[in-house]
Amino acid sequence: MQQTRIIEIAVGFFIACGMAALFVLAMKVSNITSIGDNKGYTLTAHFDNIGGLKVRAPVTIGGVRIGRVTGVGYDEQRYQAVVTLQIDDKYRRLPEDSSASIFTAGLLGEQYVALEPGGSDTFLKNGDSVKLTQSALVMEQLIGRFLFQKASEGTTQ
Amino acid sequence: MINWLQNLGRRAMRVFERLGRAHLFLWQVMTGLPQAILRPSLVVTQLYSVGVLSMVIIVVSGLNVGMVLGLQMYNTLSDFGSEESLGQVVALSLVRELGPVVAALLFAGRAGSALTAEIGLMKATEQLAGMAMMAVDPLRRVVVPRFVAACIAMPLLAAIFSAVGVMGGYFVGVGLLGVDSGSFWSTMQSRVDWHEDVLNGIIKSMAFGFVAAWIAVFEGYDAIPTSEGVSRATTRTVVETALAVLALDFILTALMFGVD
Repeated sequence: MQQTRIIEIAVGFFIACGMAALFVLAMKVSNITSIGDNKGYTLTAHFDNIGGLKVRAPVTIGGVRIGRVTGVGYDEQRYQAVVTLQIDDKYRRLPEDSSASIFTAGLLGEQYVALEPGGSDTFLKNGDSVKLTQSALVMEQLIGRFLFQKASEGTTQ
Repeated sequence: MINWLQNLGRRAMRVFERLGRAHLFLWQVMTGLPQAILRPSLVVTQLYSVGVLSMVIIVVSGLNVGMVLGLQMYNTLSDFGSEESLGQVVALSLVRELGPVVAALLFAGRAGSALTAEIGLMKATEQLAGMAMMAVDPLRRVVVPRFVAACIAMPLLAAIFSAVGVMGGYFVGVGLLGVDSGSFWSTMQSRVDWHEDVLNGIIKSMAFGFVAAWIAVFEGYDAIPTSEGVSRATTRTVVETALAVLALDFILTALMFGVD
């Protein structure tokens, strides 16, 4: 009888350890807390070039994360990339004339969408589109432009 | 030439025959599952030998794997000046791959081989036949509880492995190498997704547990009832489980993370 009691206690301890490990993985290691804020409203933005922007990239205002990119597509009518942004419900007051740009976090970091609030009194609603956009900087274009400029300087001298 | 062909054919037939027997055996085990739910005390006893006794090796190797990961990744990451992402690297590699796979390999060595040897010896000493004589179905009485216990224990062991490994990475990264504690956790939390990474890792470890348990009990039940047969079955359990887990890992990884 004593023997089975010890075994049962040990098994209980084992199961508790396993559950605790799962709990640690859920709460401490992963971002389970952000599961609840899946609700939010969506905005779209058209960009000439999105560079390496990916789904699940952050959307920020002033460096604060307020949502994430939920879709990247191509608009055949306008020949532009269309990015779907999901903004948390907490951030309802985005002026209508806000602008969106694609930036890179650090030199090698991932790309994200930065929103810049405008001055309008009306706010963006679900399904609205951000009109003012600035494309991602593509390194090759930048270098190409720089070289071109250098070359033209050389000919004028 | 003809002899060679005949040899080849005989071998192939033997492989297919074993495979077929393994599946029939699995089906019989499955039909016996309700029995295990009706008598949980048998499963609990097996959980002790399969799960509790495997915990020491799982915790120790998890800690070591995490610490080595922290040390190695720190050296590489510091070349790029991005030591802060140490937490993310350690946690992702543990949760996605190393946790389930290494835990399954250790599980095969520690618990799977023991299961095979136990069942095989029961068969060799005719205990199974004796049970059948007393109208006790050895499959339901001996095999099913062990199978169920192994299936339950494996995901828990893998979770313990991953969690302890993250702690090991934390000790080395933050304690020894001086990575900032806050950024260690925050980069980890921003990159490790509950559904994508942790849940997929758990699904993986469940699949591995199922396969490891199946192979272990089948090899024991199917062993040639001699001391040599049992020893060979035990070896086969470890080898086959390792191969099956690694192959299955590739398939599952391709299914979960490969297709975007």
